[in-house]
Amino acid sequence: MPASTNNGIETWRLRTSKEQWIRWVCWLIGIAVIMYAWQMISEKTVWFFVTDAPTQAADIGSRMVPPKWSYMNKLWKPVWDTINIATIGTIIAMAIAVPVAFATARNTTPNIVVRTIGLFIIVSSRSVNSLIWALILVFILGPGVLAGTIAIGLRSVGFCAKLIYESIEEIDHTQVEAIEATGASGPQKMIFGILPQVLPTIAGVGIYRWDINIRESTILGLVGAGGIGLQLNGSLNTLAWTQVSLILIVILVTVFISEWVSAKVRGAII
Amino acid sequence: MTDSSETGSYPSSWKKAPFIKNSFVRWLIIVGGAIYLAAALGTMNIDLERVKEGLPRAQRFLDSFFPPNFSDNRGVLWEGIAESIWMAIISTVAGIALSIPVGLGAARNLAPAWVYLFCRGIIAASRTFPEIILAIFAVKLFGFGPFAGFVALSLGTIGFYAKLLAEDIENSSASQAEAVKATGANWFQWVNYSIQPQVMPRMIGLSIYRLDINFRESAVVGIVGGGGIGATLNTSFSRYEFDTAAAILIIIILIVMCMEYTSSFFRKWVQ
Repeated sequence: MPASTNNGIETWRLRTSKEQWIRWVCWLIGIAVIMYAWQMISEKTVWFFVTDAPTQAADIGSRMVPPKWSYMNKLWKPVWDTINIATIGTIIAMAIAVPVAFATARNTTPNIVVRTIGLFIIVSSRSVNSLIWALILVFILGPGVLAGTIAIGLRSVGFCAKLIYESIEEIDHTQVEAIEATGASGPQKMIFGILPQVLPTIAGVGIYRWDINIRESTILGLVGAGGIGLQLNGSLNTLAWTQVSLILIVILVTVFISEWVSAKVRGAII
Repeated sequence: MTDSSETGSYPSSWKKAPFIKNSFVRWLIIVGGAIYLAAALGTMNIDLERVKEGLPRAQRFLDSFFPPNFSDNRGVLWEGIAESIWMAIISTVAGIALSIPVGLGAARNLAPAWVYLFCRGIIAASRTFPEIILAIFAVKLFGFGPFAGFVALSLGTIGFYAKLLAEDIENSSASQAEAVKATGANWFQWVNYSIQPQVMPRMIGLSIYRLDINFRESAVVGIVGGGGIGATLNTSFSRYEFDTAAAILIIIILIVMCMEYTSSFFRKWVQ
């Protein structure tokens, strides 16, 4: 028990001197890094614009109300596109993610090389944002919904595969053994021993990702990949603030509904 | 499991139980899904001609990515990376500092109803809009540069961190809180000595995770003018310097990979 001696009397305290020193040094380093980071950022900032921001905010805010409700007629199609990008993107992602997950999980992977490839696919898909995927795909496929869908799909593979392979690694092995004892072959073991155990996870992950994808697909239009972001970008560039505020409201409502649906469905599955 | 015979003899075959038990719901989902897919694909208007035209172009495009050019001719590559890292650090710290009061207020067992609703409102608003939309507005307000990215990422952090903090506080053990309260602690002491030790390990792990996310997001806020490596990436795309773009993408992937390994190691060590 850590104690300090003061005039010959031992008093309890929380940490030993060594622990206290370590903590102090960690705090020092942490704060130094933060101060340095702040300095780097503030060097590149034009402070006049920052101090001017409240006036700007008030100005833009006053231009944004009331939202131009009549613009809604032109928004139904983009909203429909946005939902499609998210849904079909998620389906593509799941179709790729499930095999990748089985190839990556420690207990189902054929060998270490395949596992490494799987991990690489997962990491590279996760680290490149959907907007960057969209930026690349718009160059290849041309602007439009297709580029957005594939961007969302590629981006989601890593997320879904990671969660699925982690749940494959955590399955109950006695069930697989039981199937094996009946003389099942490798694929049969997978279908009847492993798949039923992870199916709820797969469905849950898919729906969870769909919810995230709705949010992400609202912005893909900024680089020309379809959906409501296209209208947002157009309205921002033409300074049509009343349209911008309507679009933001539409995004808000869409995201809320998708979140509600996803929570309900996941609640029903798990 | 469904028996194939109910005539008293032992069943001789076995069929896998369906995932969705109710057959009406199952068929409703299948048919509804098929109709939706047909409608969705029908309105997507995929221009196969354009795709076909694009494929050789894609080949050339992908060729121009290789070999990646790390030589950094304009001296912006490493500067952009450094800017992204600083931006990620400072916005994580600021975001968490903002999240703690919001998270405390959004925990049902700590806050009165009106504070609870107010804080939940903040969280919902911050979670709804992607960082990039926040960044667009931050750029409009604060001008181009990393400060706008910093503001956007900090606001984005609130939605993530405060929500998880509030949930963790709600799940914390009430008996410990009661024990501390019984000693006559005031509200601050109560939170600091009964709630804080319970949620701390998980929160440290999450803050490292969020640092990881903020770095990744800092790569895109640059596309709308929020500074960092995203700005460099966007510039190199616009200048058709695809080899530099490839180098940037590879560096982003490597840094994220490193961060992910360190963060999972660190989280295990903390817990």
